[in-house]
Amino acid sequence: MGHLYEKYVWEIPVRATHWVNVLSIAVLTLTGIYIGSPATLGATPSDFVMGWVRFVHFTAAYLFAVSVASRIYWAFRGNRYASWREFFPILTPAGRRNMLATFRYYTFLCKKGPQPVGHNALAGTTYALVFVLYLVMIVTGFTLYAEHAPQGTMHKLTGWLLVLFSNQTLRLTHHCVMWLLIGFAIHHVYSAWLMDVKERGGVMSSMFSGYKAVRTKD
Amino acid sequence: MARKQGSDTEAADGLEFQDSVSTLLERRGVTRREFMKFCTAMSAALALPPAFAPRIARALDEVKRPTLVWLEFQSCTGDTEALLRASNPTVAEIVLDILSIDYAETIMAAAGHLAEANLDKVVKEEKGSYIAVVEGSIPMKEDGIYCCIAGRTALDRAREVCGGAFATLAVGTCASYGGIPAAAPNPTGAVGVKVAVPSATVVNLPGCPLNADNLTATVVHFLLFKKLPATDGLGRPLFAYGKRIHDNCERRPHFDAGQYVEAWGDQAHRHGHCLYKMGCKGPETFHNCPTQRYNDKTSWPVAAGHGCAGCSQPMFWDSMTPLYKRLPNVPGFGIEATADKIGLGLAVGTAAAFGVHGVLSAFRRGDDSEGAKED
Repeated sequence: MGHLYEKYVWEIPVRATHWVNVLSIAVLTLTGIYIGSPATLGATPSDFVMGWVRFVHFTAAYLFAVSVASRIYWAFRGNRYASWREFFPILTPAGRRNMLATFRYYTFLCKKGPQPVGHNALAGTTYALVFVLYLVMIVTGFTLYAEHAPQGTMHKLTGWLLVLFSNQTLRLTHHCVMWLLIGFAIHHVYSAWLMDVKERGGVMSSMFSGYKAVRTKD
Repeated sequence: MARKQGSDTEAADGLEFQDSVSTLLERRGVTRREFMKFCTAMSAALALPPAFAPRIARALDEVKRPTLVWLEFQSCTGDTEALLRASNPTVAEIVLDILSIDYAETIMAAAGHLAEANLDKVVKEEKGSYIAVVEGSIPMKEDGIYCCIAGRTALDRAREVCGGAFATLAVGTCASYGGIPAAAPNPTGAVGVKVAVPSATVVNLPGCPLNADNLTATVVHFLLFKKLPATDGLGRPLFAYGKRIHDNCERRPHFDAGQYVEAWGDQAHRHGHCLYKMGCKGPETFHNCPTQRYNDKTSWPVAAGHGCAGCSQPMFWDSMTPLYKRLPNVPGFGIEATADKIGLGLAVGTAAAFGVHGVLSAFRRGDDSEGAKED
């Protein structure tokens, strides 16, 4: 067996966008649930509860959009573990083999799964889908947001979606995708915990430090 | 200002045109003062400066009466009713008087072949210069046999009449976007005029019913500027549909404050708080209801304590129901299954599944390694 060493895997933009996403998704979810189904928290008409909640939602939305855009940019500029190729293992035969092997490991069909340095093949594929959901959220969200300023630039850019789908369909989509992302977050934290326990590569702390415990080939 | 008081010096050109509008109105007992009030109201509806009122008066005085034909297809006649039963009759009268209405099923005296011959005459002799008004949706399924007038389908008639018109005004949501006849499962394949006759110049004036003021204002705009009003991406005039109900709503401060009606007749409802939680579709709907109001500016749904139904948006009824809920139902799930119930179920299901997986994994031996493998 080769020896263990600390390998720098997750670059700063990867970790920064990850934690900005965590923060903004948490804020967006909480404020979004309030916007969708508010409680009467205002005592007088001079209060501004919904006003502030919406302000926070929209600010977090801009933050999230910038973070997602940065991460997509970094997928073309970062190291191999940040690369877009990590998210599409399905494109190569080796990647597809890894996906199957990981699936068999997760479903208790075999004892040892691949223990890659970067994302495992199923995780990478999941993140590609999650980024599609992010884009759906950003597009539907800003399309609905743009309705506050009719004929404005944003409204003109997104108006075709309103004509094609109607704002209520977009709103329902925005709502349902939130729940899919909540489901993803539960799965994501669990899988990270599982990998941390089983792989013993310190994957949980690697999202803070950037370093994973990796065994050299021999 | 010293304008001529119902003078009859107007040029009497054109067969239908004998008297100026003001003369006509005077004969009907409508005073000059009432006429000027109407012109001022129209300049307000069109969001023009008050200085435009005399120009509107002059334009209406000098206009050669344009011919108008009113086609009725799959409709409830609600838009005709909205126009004819305007509480202040002068508004409707002015519309009727400045327009030569040569065909309108509900109000015309002629019937049968005589009436159809009138319509044929307009289409033939005034090609490209008459205004067509369409009320009701047009069925497309089975070659349009679900709506026939005088043995011809609505689609056939619309292609001919709207295709040859200077412009078509689609009044009401049905004529604009299909409306209630187009609601799922849309058995007749109902669509709006622009979809049925893509080549026609269409201005959509949706609403259920349309606000007659917006129709009058569109006609006045046409008479004043000799062109149709600017429209949005959905073919609606910006002066009437350029702003969102939510953003002009008299209950908006309660929305921003966080004060919501939770049940009909509760304390918040009695205090006039926001109807957002009662399914009000004001945030989804572009219309000038809060400012223009209905029935001669008497009231509108939100002022009366009921949420907006979103009746003037495309895909009304499907996308705006359930009327008393914020979001549409999720397709494929039961009537009462909301997105949130399904979503919560999904989240709990995910957590439970991974919980079980975690327990099984915790007791599993020999599936671990020491660090990731170098690649």
